[in-house]
Amino acid sequence: MVSGGEVKLFGMWASPAVRRVEWALKLKGIKYEYVEEDISNKSGALVQYNPINKQVPVLLHNGKPIVESLVILEYIDEVWKHHPILPKDPYERAMARFWAAYSEDKCRDAVRRVFFAEGGERAKAIECLEETLRALDGELEGKEFFGGENIGFSDLVLGWMAFWLGVSEEVASFEVLDPKKFPWFTSWIDNFLQVPAIKENLPPRDKTVAFFHGYRRLHLAAPNC
Amino acid sequence: MAGGQELKLLGLWASPFVLRSRIALNLKGVGYEFLEEVPGTKSELLLRSNPVYKKMPVLIHNGKPICESMIIVQYIDGVWDAAGPSILPSDPYDRAIARFWAVYIDDKWFPSLIKIIKAKADDEETAEAREQVIAGLQLLEEAFEKCSKGKDFFGGESVGYLDIAFGCYWGWLKAGEKMAGIKLLDEEKTPLLMGWAERFCSADAVKELMPEVDQLVEFGNMIRARQNAAAAN
Repeated sequence: MVSGGEVKLFGMWASPAVRRVEWALKLKGIKYEYVEEDISNKSGALVQYNPINKQVPVLLHNGKPIVESLVILEYIDEVWKHHPILPKDPYERAMARFWAAYSEDKCRDAVRRVFFAEGGERAKAIECLEETLRALDGELEGKEFFGGENIGFSDLVLGWMAFWLGVSEEVASFEVLDPKKFPWFTSWIDNFLQVPAIKENLPPRDKTVAFFHGYRRLHLAAPNC
Repeated sequence: MAGGQELKLLGLWASPFVLRSRIALNLKGVGYEFLEEVPGTKSELLLRSNPVYKKMPVLIHNGKPICESMIIVQYIDGVWDAAGPSILPSDPYDRAIARFWAVYIDDKWFPSLIKIIKAKADDEETAEAREQVIAGLQLLEEAFEKCSKGKDFFGGESVGYLDIAFGCYWGWLKAGEKMAGIKLLDEEKTPLLMGWAERFCSADAVKELMPEVDQLVEFGNMIRARQNAAAAN
């Protein structure tokens, strides 16, 4: 375990954004205290440390808060320099950041749309999602991970798809993860989930499926919430 | 020029995102070829260099494209790290703060400003957007006080990451006021930001690039007219 001051992570067990921070901490062997937040009843601490968004994850390092999971990942990589997450070369770094941004700007929205789509909207939403999977599949061609031989920044940021996309498929009854259509992406999922820091740090599947069933029901009942 | 011989930037004079790249290149004293896109069309080169988003800016360095405006700024800072002051703060915590605010500005604040720029009438949506823009400016006023630590810019003594991320929108902020006939800036409420904006807009790396507000208003009106015509057809 590596120390470097007091590290605390405010999170929520089902949140993919929180897990990606935990994966980074585990990969680097950083000792931290985890604080589970009740999202329906946010703690004073959470509101104090993240007054603008009032969201998890929040990383507290020696009492100073860092928020936004991608910002936290970059911070972790800059403070604890061993086992680097981002490559050294500026062009490779730009590519890693690009695919991380793609995860947040396109993939998350695409999955969300399919997850909540009903009736006629579904087919179009699936088409959009498949477009993102095609792009990711193309980027992975010839590689085990987005980061090359080892997982890196974009793997950690896109990593939610390796677990939560499967959960979404089950909860919302759709299927997109076809090895014939996306051979590299589906292989990547298998490879990613085998990495010990990831494998040992996933929420329980049944509990996650049940949680997202509830989440979907709630949203479909009151879509503007 | 360090880092290679061929440097092209695909962009448009009116785009705040393109402006970010140009300011960063100026800060590093790097020469480049500016390839201006025609508004409303996308060049072959743009579509080829940015097939995923098909958007500008795209920086092409020795044939390799780099996309997304703040990613480009960090790339420039990384490649030409020996040239001029660092664009990103040197302390990791200061970097995290700068990055956080840049995300806030792009994800929360600018979408509200766009609503005002596109506003057709003085309705509830526009009033709400106005509140959000003004509230954001107040937050950024406080952020400036903390980040600048008494110096001229968010980045301290020189124009830095957050100055570029926010400053690129200043022209459109003023254009939005004119186009919607709404006051957004208040010298009394955000005096630090007003002082900073003057220094930013007159900084060497910025002054020749900042578009004139009236030209942006004209551009904005032209785009709006084009969109209305397309919607009517």
